Amino acid sequence: MANGEREVGADAPAGGFVQLLTPDGERVDSVTTTDGMTYSVDFTDEEYRELYRDLVTVRRLDAEATALQRQGELGIWASLLGQEAAQVGSGRALRKQDMAFPTYREHGVLYTRGIDPIMPFGLFRGVDQGGWDPHEFKFNTYTIVIGSQTLHATGYAMGITMDGKTGTPDGEAVIAYFGDGATSQGDVNEAFVWSGVFNSPIVFFCQNNQYAISEPLERQTRIPLYRRAAGYGFPGIRIDGNDVLASYAVTRAALDQARNGQGPSLIEAYTYRMGAHTSSDDPTRYRIASEVESWKAKDPIARVRAFLTKQQVADETFFAEVDDTAKKLALDLRERVLAMPDPEPVTMFDNVYPHGSPEIDAQRASFERYHATFEGSGH
Amino acid sequence: MTESSRGGKPQSKTMGETITLGKALNHGLRRALEDDPKVIIMGEDVGKLGGVFRITDGLQKDFGDDRVIDTPLAESGIVGTAVGLAIRGYRPVCEIQFDGFVFPAYNQIVAQVAKMFYRSLGNVRLPIVIRIPFGGGIGAVEHHSESPEALFAHVPGLKVVTCSSSADAYMMIRQAVASDDPIVFFEPKRRYWEKGEVDLDADLGQAFPLHQARVAREGTDATVLAYGPMVRTALDAAIAAAEDGRNLEVIDLRSLSPLDMETVYRSVRRTGRAVVVHEAPGNLGLGAELAARITEECFYSLEAPVLRVTGYDIPYPAARVEEDFLPDLDRVLDAVDRSFGW
Ligand SMILES: Cc1ncc(C[n+]2csc(CCOP(=O)(O)OP(=O)(O)O)c2C)c(N)n1
Ligand SMILES: [Mg+2]
Repeated sequence: MANGEREVGADAPAGGFVQLLTPDGERVDSVTTTDGMTYSVDFTDEEYRELYRDLVTVRRLDAEATALQRQGELGIWASLLGQEAAQVGSGRALRKQDMAFPTYREHGVLYTRGIDPIMPFGLFRGVDQGGWDPHEFKFNTYTIVIGSQTLHATGYAMGITMDGKTGTPDGEAVIAYFGDGATSQGDVNEAFVWSGVFNSPIVFFCQNNQYAISEPLERQTRIPLYRRAAGYGFPGIRIDGNDVLASYAVTRAALDQARNGQGPSLIEAYTYRMGAHTSSDDPTRYRIASEVESWKAKDPIARVRAFLTKQQVADETFFAEVDDTAKKLALDLRERVLAMPDPEPVTMFDNVYPHGSPEIDAQRASFERYHATFEGSGH
Repeated sequence: MTESSRGGKPQSKTMGETITLGKALNHGLRRALEDDPKVIIMGEDVGKLGGVFRITDGLQKDFGDDRVIDTPLAESGIVGTAVGLAIRGYRPVCEIQFDGFVFPAYNQIVAQVAKMFYRSLGNVRLPIVIRIPFGGGIGAVEHHSESPEALFAHVPGLKVVTCSSSADAYMMIRQAVASDDPIVFFEPKRRYWEKGEVDLDADLGQAFPLHQARVAREGTDATVLAYGPMVRTALDAAIAAAEDGRNLEVIDLRSLSPLDMETVYRSVRRTGRAVVVHEAPGNLGLGAELAARITEECFYSLEAPVLRVTGYDIPYPAARVEEDFLPDLDRVLDAVDRSFGW
């Protein structure tokens, strides 16, 4: 084995994982898996710095959202803390034409798509149900019912094939995000079956953050999740989900295979949910502090910073500027969230049907008449 | 099984404790686990966490993780395996975390749970309880505020009940678990924190029948029919109406399938007016069924058509406008006014 190359499984949790940047910030040149795939990255210094900026920014925005929720400005927030590398790496690996299907936690992926980070705040503030145009951003709406989006992603990928958009250099691919808990859902397993049978251009990106609310991984599986793929007839691979380089390299390769007509694959990003499931959750009821501490040592951002420092690719001035810029973005986000108006109640009757409905029209009219009777009465 | 689960009454029991509706359910489930070793609880996060609403709080600790089971994240699995466990002689109490997440299990509930007794010529009983926190008013995101009760009440073979007070919560959950019928048990989640008096020593034998409606407030001028979270709203409306000299009778239906129509008819024949209140969309909801039956049976007693106050026929809206979607005191009074104005 050449210097700097490691066989998967060398120092990894059961089953091994692809890691290109260690928690100490050491680069691994490339990783070759047992099935002969070699993963590496070839970034310029500037690209490394921008990845770092992405990571810091999404964490800072997330912290702002958590604060906004505590102050009562959001109904709920699902934090991505700890999962920045999995999201930024895979998100940056998408090409412009690729389509993403998120859960409710993919704020980092959303950011890498170049979308204004305020977009999901309507949902969490309660002023809408998460409304945006998926086509505009190649980023579908957030999906709350666990696992549903994996079938939508599969169908979208089937459409790509039907449109003849695979097997060409400008081919398209789809990425479906979901959690470890979701792998138990029938929908997810059906998505695996369908994408396999139809050889669909899709990457299943599972962020295994070790928990589904309070339930640990062992409640969902007795084999490493990535190995499920074998049973459906496509490749599965585990990556260090806290390594943004591994996340990028492996997702990039899997997407390119998909767009080249080689069908689906499953990536298990082995990571950890550092915060609560959502702001409504109290994780002290089901996990111990020392476990959280041990994952702190594998922080996805600290290792990039250590690497940049060691390589002299960035210095303190750069880091300070990144923090400062992220803070400005966060404060700007805060202001815009606070300024989000409540919707006019009557708009709840909008968008029920593309062709409308006389019954809805009648209910809207009666709603308006009823509310008019309160006018001036202090209601 | 742990020591504490082997019979013997918890020391905390006294007459007439004042506890929240959520806590009453918790006590009721505890009693059910104590009373019958075949009773098991299964669902997402029901064990260590005690459920996202803490309805099963402490039960796994006291009864063990083979009786209070954290399941994989799969609702079809929860209900589907409950069917098998029931065939095997167990009495599963399934928790669905929120109303909007029951649909992966809908196939199992409608195609299997509801039909097994019929299909097996009465040989297979499925004493399964499916608990579902339902309804809005908690400021939640999509899928967390829905009222799908009609989708279950419409299915022959299922029984559907819902409670509105701590006392009923405590007894009804025990009665549901003790029943051999498959029961969908809707819990008014926004009332989980409301307190009421509960007799923790009450015997199942003396309980008010599970499938009987209850007159929650006696009145003479109009009958308001409500259930679950809307009972409180209806009672508040009755207090407000009394100030205007109108004496409303409020009936808590409690059982949505079967409906206890006798209690309803008796009231409406006296008052001559009926208003049905529910959060679920009006179209083909419980109100439609009630209006039809009241019209069929009490036609000559009616002073006005049966009126409905319901959610609109739209997907549950964003939290910031949900108060305009949900029936409230004013809308109930408005309907009462319209009934009198007929
Ligand atoms: C069908 C369904 N059942 C239950 C829920 C409630 N719920 C929301 S998130 C969650 C856990 C999800 O765990 P996982 O898939 O690991 O994703 P994570 O939240 O850890 O990112 C559950 C049970 C839901 N949203 N949808
Ligand atoms: Mg998870």
